[in-house]
Amino acid sequence: MQAVPGTRPGPRFVPPSGLGWLVLVLMMGMLWRPAAAAETPSFEQALSGLATSNFKEKERAVGDVIAVRHANTRVVLNALLEGNLYYRKSDRRVFIGTAQDANLQLQDPVTLSPAGTTEPSEYSKITTNNQLRKTLKSALASFDLADADPQVRLAAVSEMLRSLDADGVSILRAREGTEPDEAVREAIRTGLAIADLDGEDAAIRLAAVEHLKGSLNPEVFNRLTAIVTPTDAGSYAEPDEKVRSAARVALASIERWRSLFGTLETLFFGMSLGSVLVLSAIGLAITFGVMGVINMAHGELMMLGAYTTYVVQLLMPQHIGASVLVAIPVAFVVAGGVGVAIERGIVRFLYGRPLETLLATFGVSLVLQQLVRDIFTANNRPVETPQWMAGSLQVNEALSITYNRLYVVLFMVIVFVILQLVLKRTSLGLKVRAVAQNRAMAKSMGVRTEWVDALTFGLGSGIAGVAGVALSQLTNVGPNLGQSYIIDSFMVVVFGGVGNLWGTLIGGMSLGVVNQVLEPYAGAVLAKILVLIALILFIQRRPRGLFPQKGRAAEG
Amino acid sequence: MNKFKVGGLASIAAAVALLAATAAQAADTIKVGVLHSLSGTMAISETTLKDTVLMLIEEQNKKGGILGKKLEAVVVDPASNWPLFAEKAEQLLVKDKVSVVFGCWTSVSRKSVLPVFEKNNGLLFYPVQYEGEESSKNVFYTGAAPNQQAIPAVDYLMNDVGVKRWVLAGTDYVYPRTTNKILEAYLKAKGVKSEDIMINYTPFGHSDWQRIVADIKKFGSAGKKTGVVSTINGDANVPFYKELGNQKISAEDIPVVAFSVGEEELSGIDTKPLVGHLAAWNYFMSVDTPANAEFIKKWRAFIKNNKRVTNDPMEAHVIGFNMWVKAVEKAKTTDVNKVIDTMVGIEVPNLTGGVAKMLPNHHLTKPVLIGEVRADGQFDTVWQTQGLVPGDAWSDFLPGSKDIEADWVTLKCGNYNTKTKKCSGQNYE
Repeated sequence: MQAVPGTRPGPRFVPPSGLGWLVLVLMMGMLWRPAAAAETPSFEQALSGLATSNFKEKERAVGDVIAVRHANTRVVLNALLEGNLYYRKSDRRVFIGTAQDANLQLQDPVTLSPAGTTEPSEYSKITTNNQLRKTLKSALASFDLADADPQVRLAAVSEMLRSLDADGVSILRAREGTEPDEAVREAIRTGLAIADLDGEDAAIRLAAVEHLKGSLNPEVFNRLTAIVTPTDAGSYAEPDEKVRSAARVALASIERWRSLFGTLETLFFGMSLGSVLVLSAIGLAITFGVMGVINMAHGELMMLGAYTTYVVQLLMPQHIGASVLVAIPVAFVVAGGVGVAIERGIVRFLYGRPLETLLATFGVSLVLQQLVRDIFTANNRPVETPQWMAGSLQVNEALSITYNRLYVVLFMVIVFVILQLVLKRTSLGLKVRAVAQNRAMAKSMGVRTEWVDALTFGLGSGIAGVAGVALSQLTNVGPNLGQSYIIDSFMVVVFGGVGNLWGTLIGGMSLGVVNQVLEPYAGAVLAKILVLIALILFIQRRPRGLFPQKGRAAEG
Repeated sequence: MNKFKVGGLASIAAAVALLAATAAQAADTIKVGVLHSLSGTMAISETTLKDTVLMLIEEQNKKGGILGKKLEAVVVDPASNWPLFAEKAEQLLVKDKVSVVFGCWTSVSRKSVLPVFEKNNGLLFYPVQYEGEESSKNVFYTGAAPNQQAIPAVDYLMNDVGVKRWVLAGTDYVYPRTTNKILEAYLKAKGVKSEDIMINYTPFGHSDWQRIVADIKKFGSAGKKTGVVSTINGDANVPFYKELGNQKISAEDIPVVAFSVGEEELSGIDTKPLVGHLAAWNYFMSVDTPANAEFIKKWRAFIKNNKRVTNDPMEAHVIGFNMWVKAVEKAKTTDVNKVIDTMVGIEVPNLTGGVAKMLPNHHLTKPVLIGEVRADGQFDTVWQTQGLVPGDAWSDFLPGSKDIEADWVTLKCGNYNTKTKKCSGQNYE
């Protein structure tokens, strides 16, 4: 006996839309077995319901497909989620289709046998929207609960917890007993405990609160807050005082942890912003700090580094993951080479004339910008993020750290250490420091100061290029990239103390942290203004920055 | 040497001949001014619009022009420099004596040319969605007013997605500030409490989004469905969506609906982190109608690039241009006053279906579409208004503008206060 949707025997329900409907169907399926056969439409009927552009109808049809629990349900849902489900415009028959060149390779969803290859124009893709995708993912997750890999099962449980309904609760409850993995079982228990907060029995609710005591899940926090917060009338949604006081105790400890992790998060944000500042300033700390050259083209050297990343990615499209690593030395060479050219071509004629150097390098910055505009157009270039830099490291449910920021912090530390080693442990570093301290003396000792100048400038510029590689992962790669960082770079160098790499490190980090601590209270715009004002006041008190150079070198 | 001289002379002669020819031709052409930035920061968006107008003019000339005369484009470059917009507008109106101008993108450039058009009685078609609160006799607004983009988008999130908590995030300048003011008033009128609205402004080109996205995540984890209404402009969008992706906020959890992210903006970036997020426009390239397919084909042939995309402001220019042609043909003259009077009531088919009609307040009727971003940088339409929405120049949700009406037919006023029965000229504030 085939049921026509809409003419349902048995008790009359006015079905709510979407998931609720699905739950109703399932519950009815459980309660009235004999009627249920007539209740649920067949797999084919459910499928044909998908051939519509109305999302409400589609959601209902998806509910049907899930409800029939056909052997191919999972395949069809997966195809729908991936955008591989089509219907023929002429007779609205649904097919699984994979695009092959310009053609569409069809597969029958019921028999899973190939159904030929055709022109896509006669077929219409069944599109999904956010709500539908959420339903699909949740339904697919319930299939994954039986997967062999505990990681997959854990992901499936957290997927199901995102929108847990009565149906999901019963599936999870069934799974709890048979689940072998401890972590997965714990996740299931948390989900069930949250569901138990709505239980009839006060003892069950109390046990649920006890169970949730240490959980940092935001859902737990919200539910417990709802329990202890009185309504406008002064009464509580939770009638039992014992449950309420248990919730209060649990909430107090959760809040302590949350604020601790919140502070850690702010600290990390500050460090990551600080790392960006240090990275962009450290090259300048060498050219400006050590050599005393005000290089206005410093930002453009970073821009060149970012564009180098883009070009490297164009050259190795198959290896995006490695491209960023390859780009680091390439960007160092490119930006460093341009830096040496600037020094040999312009700056060396202007030593001791800071104003002219400033104007000349500003001119260079404009030339570089226009050059990039002419080669790459004025539009931003898309630099891809490698897989290993996307996403975040979930420390716990209250604290997660995004990988790209984490790598930038690590990268900054590595660059800083290498730079320190170069300056302190190599003969080049020795000569650089000697020339910076006393040019005439170094020269009379046989140091080729001209050569050292060029290499120092090249080193600072190369570091700027390397910073550009990091920036390409954080911001837009366009001709104006450099301009937005040049002010910050000078700010950090001046704040940290001219000619001192440690000053640049501490200066950049503290500016980053202060900025991030202020931002939640003051907003992004005001936080930046406040930091600038504080900096001006600081420079008034200590014109030589945090760590001024001491001794006779400082006078020079 | 000699040869060079001869060549030089010949080219001068040719140039003179050409000048004479254009001068002779100028007498029986209708001049159309194009006032879009071809250099500077806005060039990315505005160059496309210049090309659109040129294409429309070429097409009209193939049909024999208007009133038996050919159209002639006068293209100037205001270089993304707002005061220069006013200078170039003056040049178009006074020196070149154009019959009509198609131009401007940002609100500040429109505000800058407005007095020039009013002083010289010019005619401007403005093709971009904007914040409203303006109606000038000399301007026809072919982009969306807030009630044709922002308000329907919020309605969609509220009714279809079930959003209860709202983040209004924008770049710190006039369009986002005014739009968010309107939206805040609208949400409060719908019973949303202040603690369920979070407003955030960031500077132009902001790139450090970690704190703000973390705040949005925290704001969104309070147990109620949360949505973000973004008036974030231009460049800053890319790191914003990237950060959303990195912090694992998917469109299914916290959908972001954007008002300035279209096909053109998506064509240059890595769209992976944006998939599923929303945009509200009056036109999507992906809308499957014969008129749209034809337009895309013509555009790609004209621009000689088979990958070029079309977008909403382009459609606005198509509608505006076709309306102007119709009005001129109906009035049988290009005289600005007569064209302005004929414009109201003119109807032109939209590319996405339905008919755009010019209203007495110089705004259009438009369909509103909500689309979800696909991986290929196009949109899937997930919702659209039943029928067309008439553009409202003065928002009904701002205390200052509630009583103000614009009507250039009966009231002959762009800023008429229905309470005090006074007309305060063309502008407000």
